[in-house]
Amino acid sequence: MNAPELYGLVLTGGRSRRMQRDKANLEYAGKSQLARAMELLTPLVARCFVSVRTDQLDDPARAAYDAIADIKPNLGPIGGIHAALHAYPDRGWLILACDLPFLNRATLQHLIAHRASTRVASAYRSSFDGLPEPLCAIFEPRSLKIIEESLAEGQQCPRALLSRSDVELLDLPDPRALDNVNTGEEYAAATAALGATTVAASPAAAPATAAGITTLRRLNVRYFAVLREQAGRSTEQLETQASTPRELYDELRHRRGLTLAPEFLRVAVNDEFGDWRSPLSDGDTVVFLPPVAGG
Amino acid sequence: MNHFSLHDVALQPETLRNELQHPACGGYAAFEGWVRDCNDGRTVLRLEYEAFPPLAVREGERILAEARAKFGVELARCAHRVGPLAVGELAVWVGVSAAHRGEAFDACRYIIDEVKHRVPIWKKEYYQDGDSGWVNCERCAAAAPQAPHRHGHRTG
Repeated sequence: MNAPELYGLVLTGGRSRRMQRDKANLEYAGKSQLARAMELLTPLVARCFVSVRTDQLDDPARAAYDAIADIKPNLGPIGGIHAALHAYPDRGWLILACDLPFLNRATLQHLIAHRASTRVASAYRSSFDGLPEPLCAIFEPRSLKIIEESLAEGQQCPRALLSRSDVELLDLPDPRALDNVNTGEEYAAATAALGATTVAASPAAAPATAAGITTLRRLNVRYFAVLREQAGRSTEQLETQASTPRELYDELRHRRGLTLAPEFLRVAVNDEFGDWRSPLSDGDTVVFLPPVAGG
Repeated sequence: MNHFSLHDVALQPETLRNELQHPACGGYAAFEGWVRDCNDGRTVLRLEYEAFPPLAVREGERILAEARAKFGVELARCAHRVGPLAVGELAVWVGVSAAHRGEAFDACRYIIDEVKHRVPIWKKEYYQDGDSGWVNCERCAAAAPQAPHRHGHRTG
């Protein structure tokens, strides 16, 4: 039996309270998240749609694409997934959230290549907690009935739904590919990590710091103790748009998988204790100091 | 004199003590920190110290200078090991000489307390059960953002 034809759905319907702005229009490297997600997904599927709330049908950013409007309002992502499966119930659906700035084509191709179409869904195992990631996953026609049953029981969480369903769970080829962005601070870190050169021109306050965002600094980083082990190295040199130690740490946290929260760390710049918010200069050497334990 | 030093070989308390002899001093106090075989209820087999040398020495010497100014002691010295250490080995040595015993004791206590909290030196313990861990760091992971629901639900 051939697998059902694959359609794609990019989820953008949410109002982003934490970002204080429409997530779909956030830009990375000059492209909105929505445009970037559509560009990644469209060549890999037979048809690609954007998921919208009914009140977003006329939104110009979304009107450029084929849209599927929620049938039931205010259900969150499950409402978008449900509307897509309801509209084309004999297709498989690759569901993709638009707020995944680290997502790449290889991650989507890997998912499609390892799709198990006889199961309810195929999804990546979160590198964060081992549970299925519903917002970069393929939902098969079988899932419609399960979604409708869940909604009838008042359950709206797609992760919970996948967790108790027959799901093909895949390991992420790139463990950071599905890191998402929900706050202005995470956005600043992501733009720094991705080397974005422009920020959305919305006057509603771009969260990334305006000054210095286009300036590349060459910085040296030294790692000690637990951070050295997590980073897998003692030193590195990098060119970055991070303008303060805090921005640099946020960037390296993503890139190197550092687990320590910055609240527990001190920072040293050029062999002296420094300030998280002080501007960095080209050539500076930065050390993030884990909690000490001499004596 | 206030001198803080890092060593990757066994500390020599006799040599360190001799550095503190001074004709104006009638009191001398020293503290030795040794590697203990248990911590937090777990059996420790050995440990490893790692330091960030330029800043460790600089901060260590600041502490020694503070102790001299605060307690009026004549000489203060601290030496700290780095690298692998076995149970029972001398990990840190603090010595102070002063006109009288009171300020020598007080300064010694001040120095070791501050060194433990401020000097960029880290300790990794290796336990009998095969596990290991960086002391004071194991509970510092970032709070799980939105766990267990990693993807923020649409809030609309």
